[in-house]
Order: sequence, then structure tokens, then C-alpha cells
Amino acid sequence: MDAPDIIAALNPLVPGVSYEAASTPDCATVYVPVVGLVRTCGALRDSLGFEVLVELTAVDYLPRTPRFEVVYHLLSIANRRRVRLKVRVEAGDGVPTVQGVWPSAGWPEREVWDMFGIPFDGHPDLRRILMPEEWEGHPLRKDYPVQIRKATDTYEPLQVTEEAFRANIERDRFTRTKPS
Amino acid sequence: MKPVPELRTETMTINMGPQHPSTHGVLRLVLTLDGEVVQSADVTVGYLHTGIEKTAEQKKWQQVVPLVERMDYLDAQSNSLSYALSVEKLLALEIPARVQDIRVLIAELQRIASHLVWLGTHAMELGAVSVMLYCFRERELLLNINELVAGFRLFPSYIRVGGLREDLPRGFHEAVTAFLDGFPPKLDEYEDLLTKNEIFVSRTQRVGVVTLQDALGWGLVGPIARASGSTYDVRKAFPYLTYPSYDFNVPSAPDGDVYARYQVRIQEMRESVRICRQALQRVTPSGAWAAADPRVVPPPKDKVYTEMEALIQHFLIYSQGFTVPAGEAYVPVEGARGEHGVYIVSDGTNRPWRIKMRPPSFLACQALSSVIAGSMIADVIAVIGSSDVVMGDVDR
Repeated sequence: MDAPDIIAALNPLVPGVSYEAASTPDCATVYVPVVGLVRTCGALRDSLGFEVLVELTAVDYLPRTPRFEVVYHLLSIANRRRVRLKVRVEAGDGVPTVQGVWPSAGWPEREVWDMFGIPFDGHPDLRRILMPEEWEGHPLRKDYPVQIRKATDTYEPLQVTEEAFRANIERDRFTRTKPS
Repeated sequence: MKPVPELRTETMTINMGPQHPSTHGVLRLVLTLDGEVVQSADVTVGYLHTGIEKTAEQKKWQQVVPLVERMDYLDAQSNSLSYALSVEKLLALEIPARVQDIRVLIAELQRIASHLVWLGTHAMELGAVSVMLYCFRERELLLNINELVAGFRLFPSYIRVGGLREDLPRGFHEAVTAFLDGFPPKLDEYEDLLTKNEIFVSRTQRVGVVTLQDALGWGLVGPIARASGSTYDVRKAFPYLTYPSYDFNVPSAPDGDVYARYQVRIQEMRESVRICRQALQRVTPSGAWAAADPRVVPPPKDKVYTEMEALIQHFLIYSQGFTVPAGEAYVPVEGARGEHGVYIVSDGTNRPWRIKMRPPSFLACQALSSVIAGSMIADVIAVIGSSDVVMGDVDR
């Protein structure tokens, strides 16, 4: 089943959405507009048997516009078929989450947010996943530097003078031996 | 009789990891406990993130092979195999049959090595420490084979774009035959120790049950889904290399619990031995070890020293690298943890535009919190062990 066949099967299922086929050497590739994404995914799962979302990622095509493409790899085990969905996204725009269709989209969408800064609308838990929570920037963007210098976060051990240490012990001993 | 005063209970939050011997590296779980029952588990990953995908974008195509091997460090050669297959797809390279058979052999030996580490650590976490020692003893033989082939034990980088690094060394067939002859009886021994062991059985049966629908919904295609009744195996469904000409079965179990995953992986090792025997018969001790494409494959060293064209070609490949036609490819392979695949995007230059590994362990980690919730705290270890997560693969 090539991309035109999948589009022909999708058109009656998801009216009002225009698809675009792309030629790739490995599997059928279909461009989906952002507005019809969730409906398309639902139709692909329920009517065409693509029950597994094997992979979800994004690619940064700087300086092209729209800049990003979010890429979904779907698998139909029963029909032994794969399809790749692509959604073009401009920087700053969001993509609806497909967690309602495939629960496995949760973490990969967090990873795309973390690495590319593409927000997923309706995602219940859109936090960074691989980078620390306070990290600035999105590392896999093409305008993010490859090597950066960042001061190491270290925690200085509590500095206690000898007098304070002894006083502490004395006070502790006093309360233990002579309860007031 | 005095009425018993109502007990005041409250949930307890326990932090498990990232430094914990049973979390297979640096997995962190924040467990909310109601007595001994886990109410919820918050899984935190990212402690091993090394930015391999970003690094790979700066390298030439052939320099990426050692990088991807370091992602899933127990199943290194599945990564490089899927990477090589994806790049070869874009290059439209014809790979000689002998090279494909060697790759099959290497991939299956790697699967056994990975499953041995899984079995050893999983059994040890459930109290069977001696199994760990035995498993690592057998894995040592496989690492020795890696060392013989490529001079490197964990990350051999033997599978290259266009073929293999070099021809098989002398003594390869003897070493592999010795392993294949010795291993099945050892596997029987492990089964003697575990399969009917009452402690092991009672700690694994009906624990961490994943239904087939859940497994597919969470994207756990691989041993976990097969332990829930799936029969999907990339080697059968989307054949690559010369797998269609091999005679092997895809083990499957219906129960979906930790014990079923144990049974599936044990059977997978037996099937891998079968495939290895067939592959070893086909592979001649010497012959073609790469595609005949001078753009991608460096010329043999003796020609580099004697022929001008070969010297130029050698210099070009190692200084500029080779270009890959613009496009994208995703060629999955059946790795030890399920579907391994590398999605590559090329802009037509000598460096990849984007590399994305499909991480089976990442998805297994994601599913952990829903599998663990509601179970006993002692079962948490069993569930983590049976999902066989490798944190290098999760965090990349």
C-alpha cells in the first residue's frame, strides 16, 4: 500500500483534510496538516489497522520554513505495513497530542518538546524528560551550539568551625544526660 | 469490649534510585506506598543523557557507527546493524550474501549475549545469585568472540556501512562452534535452576501482567508483546538480511506476566542458537566482506600500499567521507529488546542531518508506572527486571 493508496483510503474517512504524498525509499510517507492530525491518526488506527505507534520524533530543517517536521512511524502488525506521517510545524506553533490514540506517544512527545521546543497541545504532562528541568534551550535545534561551557552545579558541604562543632556536641550531651 | 480505635494511615513516598542496584543503571522511581502496595510510581529518566544524536549530526556517516553502538550498550550490534541498513537503503547498496549471513550470525550472538545479562541480573534480583555468575561466564565467551573478530569486546563496530570492517579472523568458526556446542546444555542448567524453582515461580507468575492490547498501545513490540501473546517479530514480518532463508520459530507466551517474559527470552536464546548454526554452515571462512562499491567501502590495505587509485580512494573516504543521497530511511531490526531502528535523514552531504534511534527501553520505561501501580513493592524489582531496560538506550 503506497502513499496514494493510503490517502485514497483516508479521504472518505477524514473529510475536509488534504494530504500530500512524498516519495521515500523505505515506506509510504504522508504529509498531514496540523488541523486534521488527531482525526487522521484515529482513522489510521481504527479503520486501517495501524495499532502501534513505533516512533515519534521531529526534524529541524533550519533555515527552511516551516522549520520543523514532526514524524510519526506507524505499524500495522496484521497487515504487515508501515506508514510515516509528517506534520510541518513553524517555530513556536504547537501540535495536538496523539496520546488519546496511542498512549505510547506520551514520553516521545515530551522528548520532542525537550529537544526541539515543539509544544504538544493537550499533553497532560509536558515536562522536560532527558534534560534537567531548569535547562535553557532545546539541544537538538540546529541553532543550538554543539559545545557549550556551563558551570558545574556543586553543593558546598556545610562549613562548621571547630568551636561551633564542640559547642554543638556539648549542648547535645547536656540535653541527653540532664533532661530539663 | 472496648471498640478498636480507627487506625490513622497515610501514604509514604519512597525514592528508589537513581543509585540503586536493581534499577539497571540510573532509573529513578518515586513510589507512593500504601502499606506494601504501590499506589503510583513516577518514573524519572535522563540521568544518562549524553546527547549522542546531537553528536552524530557533527560526524561523518561512517563515524556514527561507534556512537550508536553506545546507546543500547548490551545490544550494541543491533544498533549498528539498523543504522547500517538504513544508510545502505538510502545508498541503494547491494550487500553480498556472505556479508548478510555474517551479520545474521553476529546479530544472533549479540541477542544471546544481551539476554544472558538480562537473565543473570533478573535472576539475581529475585534471589538466585548463582545464575548471575553462570550467565556472565557464558557471556564472557561471546565477548571473547567479539574480541577475536574486532579487537573490542563490548562495542566492536564490526558492522559498517557497506558491509563489515574486515574479513573474519582465523579461528572464528572454531570459537563460535565451541560456544554453540557448549551453550545449550548450559541453558538447560539455567532452566533447571529457575523454571520450576518455587521461589522464582511464585515471585514471577501473575506478577506485572501486561495485556496484549496494553503492550501494543505502549509500543512494546518485541519480547514483552510476545510474552503477551503477540507473534510479531521484525525478522518474520519485515524481513531484512537473509532471515527469510533461515528456519526458526518466534517464541510466544500468552500470560503476559514476568514469568512469560522469562519463558519467551529463554526460548529466543534457543532459537538464536539454531539460527547461528545455520549461519555458520553458510559462512565460508574467507570471502567478500563488504559491498563492491569504492565510494563507500575503503579499499583493502595491501592495495592502498601498492596502487595509486586505491590510495586516493582510501584518503578520500577517511578524510571527506562519503555522501549519502538526500532522503530519509527507517529500517528496523529485531533487537534483543524489540524493534530497534534508526531513522536517518540525509541532506545529501557527508554528514547526517538527523539521526534518531527508536529506543525500545524508553517505551518500556514509560509503561513501567502503569504496570507497577497497584502491585506489591517487592514486585517492582521483578517488573523492572523483566522489562529489560537499558538506561543507555533510554537516555541516549
